[in-house]
Amino acid sequence: MELAPRILEGDRRALARLISLIEDDGPPAREAMAALHPHTGRAHVIGVTGAPGTGKSTLVNELAKGFRRRGATVGIVAVDPTSPFTGGALLGDRVRMRDLAGDPGIFIRSMATRGSLGGLARATGDVVRVLDAAGFAVVLVETVGVGQAEVDIARTAHTTIVVEAPGLGDDVQALKAGLMEIADILVVNKADRPGAAQTARALEVALELGRNNAGPGKDAAWRPPVLKTIALDGSGVAEVLEAIAAHRAYLESSGLWAHRERARARDDLLRALEQELLGRLLAGVGEAAIEDWVDRIARREVDVYTAVQALIENR
Amino acid sequence: MGERLRVLIAKPGLDGHDRGAKVVARALRDAGMEVIYTGLRQTPEMIVEAALQEDVDAVGLSILSGAHMTLVPRVIQGLREAGLDHVKVFVGGIIPDEDVYALKEAGVEAIFGPGTSTLTIVEAVRRACSEG
Ligand code: B12
Ligand SMILES: Nc1nc2c(ncn2[C@@H]2O[C@H](COP(=O)(O)OP(=O)(O)O)[C@@H](O)[C@H]2O)c(=O)[nH]1
Ligand SMILES: [Mg+2]
Repeated sequence: MELAPRILEGDRRALARLISLIEDDGPPAREAMAALHPHTGRAHVIGVTGAPGTGKSTLVNELAKGFRRRGATVGIVAVDPTSPFTGGALLGDRVRMRDLAGDPGIFIRSMATRGSLGGLARATGDVVRVLDAAGFAVVLVETVGVGQAEVDIARTAHTTIVVEAPGLGDDVQALKAGLMEIADILVVNKADRPGAAQTARALEVALELGRNNAGPGKDAAWRPPVLKTIALDGSGVAEVLEAIAAHRAYLESSGLWAHRERARARDDLLRALEQELLGRLLAGVGEAAIEDWVDRIARREVDVYTAVQALIENR
Repeated sequence: MGERLRVLIAKPGLDGHDRGAKVVARALRDAGMEVIYTGLRQTPEMIVEAALQEDVDAVGLSILSGAHMTLVPRVIQGLREAGLDHVKVFVGGIIPDEDVYALKEAGVEAIFGPGTSTLTIVEAVRRACSEG
């Protein structure tokens, strides 16, 4: 039987298979995605980002347990970086998610970035949608957390949690990485460690400053809470779950939920279009012609924009 | 680009020796594979579940505690029951010679003891997985 109907029936093997096909990107994955599309749009997608070692995986483990206690099923996507030199990856987030083993209401998938730079893999958005279609009420996405360019997660998730921890250096990492703008909820994890209170205060101050010159897209009616947790023993996690529920209620009542869905649909459409058009153009022009243009640009015989015009007009 | 090999490296049972598992995990990563590391104290059921969710091509078990004769067959049987017959199983650690035959009979692809070069391991995994 085809993968999509099996996934809708709850076949976990089919779900795992389709995720691989999506990662490898090909026609079979697209067909299945098309069949699943009408079944998407129900899951609450929650992003968890922050510097490596802040406790994202440990927190995801606790959040998932909390959602399960409240009766919600949980899909988890944990993204780790692919080595740019070998193409390999070591995906170790499951180590912190042992508690979730054996629960049929949970599905965990580790993903490598495979060259994508935004903190997620190219395929992460589609994988989230497949978990959504498979019926998981909540989808938790743990990003790479390299600290740069983590903005992809804000595009993918309804609710973005930025995790910070004391003792990772003098500065608050989230500030340095420019993560404050995308945070719907700020968590200072490792509250058992000295310095947690200062870290929380620094975040509060930064939030206050940020509110005074709020950028577009951030609604001033939602003030991101700063919450302290000890993910290792679950302290403070109930408050995070409450904040997540409050954020969802806020998104729905303000109309932002629908707004974000539409923004995502637009983004998806434009990205897919871009990819498809580029693919077709490259296929039409041929590798050799492209290399030829590259040589001419490198020799300063022609500039990039002139080359692009020529490629598009005489293909 | 071809499909990338995905390998699960797990430490079943209560054995705390994790150096070998980590060495092997890193070697496979450096050879271009995607390695999912589960960490210590995995039951056979947990390993089978992870292999299924992660859609891996191979499972590597590292056992230095002497419990291999009970743990390994349970993992292999679990994989079969989950419909994962195509997943290759490798074992490493302290495995006495007299157990090697029985483990291979049970379905283990290859077994590697202390001092094995990681190159040998990488090659074996690659070969077994490309045979399909
Ligand atoms: C270091 C060590 C420890 C360290 C472990 C540190 C750690 N975090 O790993 C410490 C001091 C904690 C320790 C403790 C114990 N140890 Co100890 N330990 C060793 C020692 C000396 C070396 C193991 C090692 O790290 N080797 C280096 C790695 C790289 O090699 P490796 O694991 O063999 O891996 C290689 C291959 O086996 C293979 N491989 C391994 N895994 C995998 C997986 C796959 C998929 C593949 C393809 C290949 C592969 O590839 C690797 C590269 O070549 C061995 C003796 C020995 N020479 O092996 C004893 C040994 C394993 N320990 C032993 C014992 C008994 C213990 C204790 C029970 C002692 C005690 N009474 O307290 C405790 C138990 C700890 C526990 N919780 O499980 C015994 C086991 C006896 C047995 N199986 O019958 C050994 C064999 C010593 C002996 N001769 O008695 N130990
Ligand atoms: N002291 C303390 N350590 C924690 C806490 N949460 C996680 N850790 C530890 O921090 C390390 C990194 O955690 P992990 O979840 O892997 O972080 P990630 O890289 O952000 O996913 C691990 O050793 C955890 O056990 C906490 O609340 N307090
Ligand atoms: Mg992690």
